[in-house]
Amino acid sequence: MKQEKYLFSLLVRNESGVLTRISGLFARRGYNIDSLSVGVTEDAAVSRMTITATCDEYMKEQILKQLSKLHDVIIVEAMDLEATVMRELLLIKVNVAQGGRSEILEAISIFRAKVVDLTPESLTVEITGERNKCDAFVEYLRPFGIAELCRTGITAIKRGAERLADGIGKNTYEHIIVSDEE
Amino acid sequence: MRLNGAEIIIETLIEQGIDTVFGYPGGSVLGLYDALYKYQGKIKHYITCHEQAAAHAADGYARVTGKPGVVFATSGPGATNLVTGIANAYLDSSPVIAITGNVATNLIGRDSFQEVDICGITMPVTKHNFMVKDVEQLAPTIREAFKIALSDRPGPVLIDVPKDVQAALCEFTPMEKAMAKRRCIFVQSDFDEAVKLIKEAKRPFIYAGGGVVLSEASSQLEEFANLIDAPVGASMMGLTAIKSDNPRFLGMTGMHGKYATNKLMGESDLIIAVGTRFSDRATGKKQEFSNGKKVVHIDIDPAEIGKNIPAYVSLIGDVKMILNKLIKEIPKIDNPEWSREVAELKADKKHNCDMEKDTLNPQTAIECVNKVMPDNIVATDVGQHQMWTAQYYKFNKPRSFVTSGGLGSMGFGMGAAIGSAIGSKGRVTLFTSDGSFHMNMNECATAVTNNLPLTIVVMDNNALGMVRQWQKLFFGARYSCTTLNRKTDYVALAKAFGMEGKRAATLKEFEEAVIEAKNHNGPFLIHAIIDSDQKVLPMIPPNGTFNDMILKG
Repeated sequence: MKQEKYLFSLLVRNESGVLTRISGLFARRGYNIDSLSVGVTEDAAVSRMTITATCDEYMKEQILKQLSKLHDVIIVEAMDLEATVMRELLLIKVNVAQGGRSEILEAISIFRAKVVDLTPESLTVEITGERNKCDAFVEYLRPFGIAELCRTGITAIKRGAERLADGIGKNTYEHIIVSDEE
Repeated sequence: MRLNGAEIIIETLIEQGIDTVFGYPGGSVLGLYDALYKYQGKIKHYITCHEQAAAHAADGYARVTGKPGVVFATSGPGATNLVTGIANAYLDSSPVIAITGNVATNLIGRDSFQEVDICGITMPVTKHNFMVKDVEQLAPTIREAFKIALSDRPGPVLIDVPKDVQAALCEFTPMEKAMAKRRCIFVQSDFDEAVKLIKEAKRPFIYAGGGVVLSEASSQLEEFANLIDAPVGASMMGLTAIKSDNPRFLGMTGMHGKYATNKLMGESDLIIAVGTRFSDRATGKKQEFSNGKKVVHIDIDPAEIGKNIPAYVSLIGDVKMILNKLIKEIPKIDNPEWSREVAELKADKKHNCDMEKDTLNPQTAIECVNKVMPDNIVATDVGQHQMWTAQYYKFNKPRSFVTSGGLGSMGFGMGAAIGSAIGSKGRVTLFTSDGSFHMNMNECATAVTNNLPLTIVVMDNNALGMVRQWQKLFFGARYSCTTLNRKTDYVALAKAFGMEGKRAATLKEFEEAVIEAKNHNGPFLIHAIIDSDQKVLPMIPPNGTFNDMILKG
């Protein structure tokens, strides 16, 4: 089946071990994580995770369903990439001892990146944006000699007023039985 | 009232309706066992010889009662010894609550004596697990664990409680028993579509799984089958979903399913799969399984829909509730032509793989036990004897077949049979084999100590029969490490443990032994001599189809 990039947004309980549970699930079911970012939300008891993965439609469905089954996962959704703001932050240290400083500074301005540290030998740049833009910037810098590169992984949020949390409990109704009363 | 953590554990278990636990004491659960001492009379603890059997016993207990099975173990090796049992419960959706001690919180992470990260180890084989580091969180966590274990698709939950948390004091207020929720998540249009498909089907086939048993929907299943005039086949986990002698019932499907059952399933135009996950052992080659037919998949676990077999329509939710809803919606249907075909094929004995009538062999042994003790709960170990039991035993009530389906753990039988006997407060037959029995036969001691009404039938073919069968069929009869040649004297062994035992080499001897076992008070072992080359047939080779079925061996 056709492989595509998918982006999953999750709200999870902010408990110890939750990251292990989620990454462990990906590992043991054979799903590959391209990137993962996590941080607390407006509610300190809840963390938000953004996971990107390249897989086929079948695996996407399985990822959604298997993640939903985890007790610590409050909601998981495969985001519509057209209606989602996606950002990633990169910190890149470039060697400039052999020159290239002015060309890099020019690129920084074009890519709307920012110099965050500067020494005679090195230049450290911060850039945020969508993955394609960040990738393009990294490729531009590569010939100059990248000394160090860190990416936060993509984080994403829906466009418009709708929130991820609005989907909690939709399309479900609950039938309560007492376990041993039947 | 102010209690310590260990007492809170016991109080909360009692509050949740638990009166029986299995387990094994140790350094990190001294507090917990001290509390058991205090609460004796309210909660009964059964000690096994090894923690693995305690976990299997809790699993067996849960399967026969529908109540959660509870198991205690100490930290480190105690906890790791539970792992097979927990994984077994996980794969067969059995509600087990495992409570392990751990080293004190200030020793955690320092590779202390008998410290393991049991939460990390059991993460992939539990529905959820907890480490409780604050005594205030102990009771709420245990309540939550019960809710998780019983809700939706049941499964095991582990709670790890460090030693100091068991000793810490805290106020305890009893609460109501946790309510297990069994959800339904489907839209009306899917329901309508399912109804339409069922009405239109000319050759419907109901495929029942363990979910029917867990949901206690046997009478609904029967009613539904009558209503839509469809035959019923079952996965191994679903075998007790319907009485074996029900005229609608065709027996087990899949790798070792009957010829007629698999053929009819293949020729149906609609499979209504109820509470089943289409394991590879049940479907064979997945790509061809649903050729020329549609599948309506009813299951409580959304992740099972489309995981192994694509569903044309799916209804996610409690099987009993959904069947009730379907029964209300669907008028009486008759499929006379299909029914005739089903009846003809079912009556056709040509493709039956029956064994000889007058010799002692797996089939005559099982049928004999079945006849003499028809109301026993039946437990098995894993291997050929398990499949023969699934094929030949006639089950007459739900929850009467306790077997390791998903994990296929040899050594499951003794612990499971012990838990089943304690849970059902009735007689249990364990079918096991020389291979499986040697894994956990130490538990004979547990059966004797508690004088459990257990009949242990050891089918001795001097081989790891199932592996041998595969070696014969697929590995050129190169019997690598599967001929056992053990000199175990089973009868002497039984007696050494303090139970009765009989050896049977002929059918007559076997029949006498079974009758003696029936009249015996306490555990009884029958050592039955079986031919090494007896195969489980029919057999569809792994990833095969009906056309590959092997009928003669």
